[in-house]
Amino acid sequence: MHPIVITVIQRILLGFVALFFVSLIIFSAIEFLPGDFGQAILGQRATPETVAAFRRELGLDQPAYVRYLDWAGGIIRGDFGQSFSGRNSSGMDRSRTVMDLLDQRLKNTLFLATITAVVAVPLSLFLGITAALYRNSLYDRVVNATTLTTISTPEFFVAYILILFFSSLWGIFPSLANVDPRDTLDVRFYKTILPALTLTLVIVAHMMRMTRAAIINLLASPYIEQARLKGISSSQVILRHALPNAWAPIATVIAFNLAYLVGVVVVEVVFVYPGVGQLMVDAVRTRDIPVVQACAVIFAGTYIILNLIADIIGIVTNPRLLHPR
Amino acid sequence: MTKETNTYSASGEVGSRRQRRTRWERTWLDLKKAPPTAIFGMIVITFYAFVSIFAPLLAPFGEADSQFSAYLGFGDTHILGTDQIGRDILSRLIYGARNTIGIALVTTLVSFAIGMSLGLIAAINRSYIDQLLSRGVDVLMAIPSLIFALMLLSIFGSSTISLICIMAVLDSTRVFRLTRAVSMNVVVMDYVEAATLRGEKIGWIMRREILPNILPPLVAEFGLRFCFVFLAIAALSFLGVGIQPPTADWGTMVRETANLIQFAKYDLMRAMVPLIPAACIALLTVSVNFVVDWFLHKTSGIRDEH
Repeated sequence: MHPIVITVIQRILLGFVALFFVSLIIFSAIEFLPGDFGQAILGQRATPETVAAFRRELGLDQPAYVRYLDWAGGIIRGDFGQSFSGRNSSGMDRSRTVMDLLDQRLKNTLFLATITAVVAVPLSLFLGITAALYRNSLYDRVVNATTLTTISTPEFFVAYILILFFSSLWGIFPSLANVDPRDTLDVRFYKTILPALTLTLVIVAHMMRMTRAAIINLLASPYIEQARLKGISSSQVILRHALPNAWAPIATVIAFNLAYLVGVVVVEVVFVYPGVGQLMVDAVRTRDIPVVQACAVIFAGTYIILNLIADIIGIVTNPRLLHPR
Repeated sequence: MTKETNTYSASGEVGSRRQRRTRWERTWLDLKKAPPTAIFGMIVITFYAFVSIFAPLLAPFGEADSQFSAYLGFGDTHILGTDQIGRDILSRLIYGARNTIGIALVTTLVSFAIGMSLGLIAAINRSYIDQLLSRGVDVLMAIPSLIFALMLLSIFGSSTISLICIMAVLDSTRVFRLTRAVSMNVVVMDYVEAATLRGEKIGWIMRREILPNILPPLVAEFGLRFCFVFLAIAALSFLGVGIQPPTADWGTMVRETANLIQFAKYDLMRAMVPLIPAACIALLTVSVNFVVDWFLHKTSGIRDEH
């Protein structure tokens, strides 16, 4: 077999191992809850029978590994269990399934992530490559100083400045991005512009700096010197010689930022965007553990899978592995 | 007509032993050569440190003193007005510096204590302990840290102690990775082996042989990790699950005053109030980044150009 195929398969298997351990950690969250949490959720007036019934419903009378298999099997089938909220002390159960809560919000989050990624990824690659090309020029310095500032500011600062100007002062875009499933596509776009713009500013800065650094790192290596001495233009040096070796670090940073886009919490809360991040924050406040676990599984799973893809891209585009001696 | 200026005596030059510069003089020379961005950063950091230490003396009112009417405008008694339940915003800003920076600093220190000692042990030991720790860290790092922190906070509840512990443990994974990576290069040196053969204990080898050689990258990392922890804690407080009221902190202040921004058309100055604590956070992280950049250039000779 080709060495690349073997490396890729190894990497995929490692990804599954990581997924397994992460799911184990997230599952064990419920084990650390204090013993009387049934009482805390159902309220002070809950009778011992209701509490016992609640504990039985969670399966707390069974050993942990049985519950883990149950839980993990449910996730594979798309069933994250029942939410804790909506139960009361009399044993009445108006709780919804976690999937019910997640469904529309997951679509909203993915919508926001997609439109941001479509703008941000090409833009940051372009900025990073041109900044490396015209290194130490005025253009490079301006781009560098701006991105350093956006990187070190909290996201809510960027978000509120945008709201102040575009929404409160000039009234161009709405400050609330409360998209509704019944909205038409153009209304959705219009409502999502400000959160998408905030996210773009934040992640372009990060991705652009890493792209520039990866390329500049490579420019110091002897084979680039050789290419220069051959007399080809500097844009050719970067595009044909430096970039193929730079794909691996660039793919890693893009994967990191895309995972961040799916797990975006702060920006969703600022713009009251009905996404998974906001659901998770609300669930943390009310200590609705099944919902928190479901969100954590989604975010961590995305993170691991995107990293896996980035690693595979890194392996497949690596010239040293492509042409083994 | 004296001509002593032209005379040269070799013995005289050798005789006048040049005074070796003291540590303080060397630091001062380095500081004078620092770029303007680094000097700006250091001035800002000193100012923040001063405000945090002397907060009770500088603040005109108490941290949770809510005896005034809500939403007062800018004025003489309340320079930045009051917030939604009538607390002086300037005082809360000053106390907020103390709480926010203090908690972030303690968290970073704890995370370095954990990460550095485990990283050094892993690098020296190289046996199953190293494998166990490294794989454990790999798994912990497979979950985005803000998400992980949110999940742990939902289990242990939001209090300052649990916030510090959770962030310190999550952040120590990155410190562990760095410490282990840089000390790997030092552990293989002959003088470490000599110390081992001499029969020194692992504590001595960590402290006296390895630590001095890996300090510069760790100091730079301390600055960067501090920024990260500081931003993460501010974000968690902004979400309402970090530092809890009535303790003043900048993240919470942004959230509490955020609705003022809606009225920018009528009173632009008042609408800027939520931006002030956010700007304080941004200014500190930018400054620390500037100083760390300069420090890295100086100690490691990493250059942007080739």
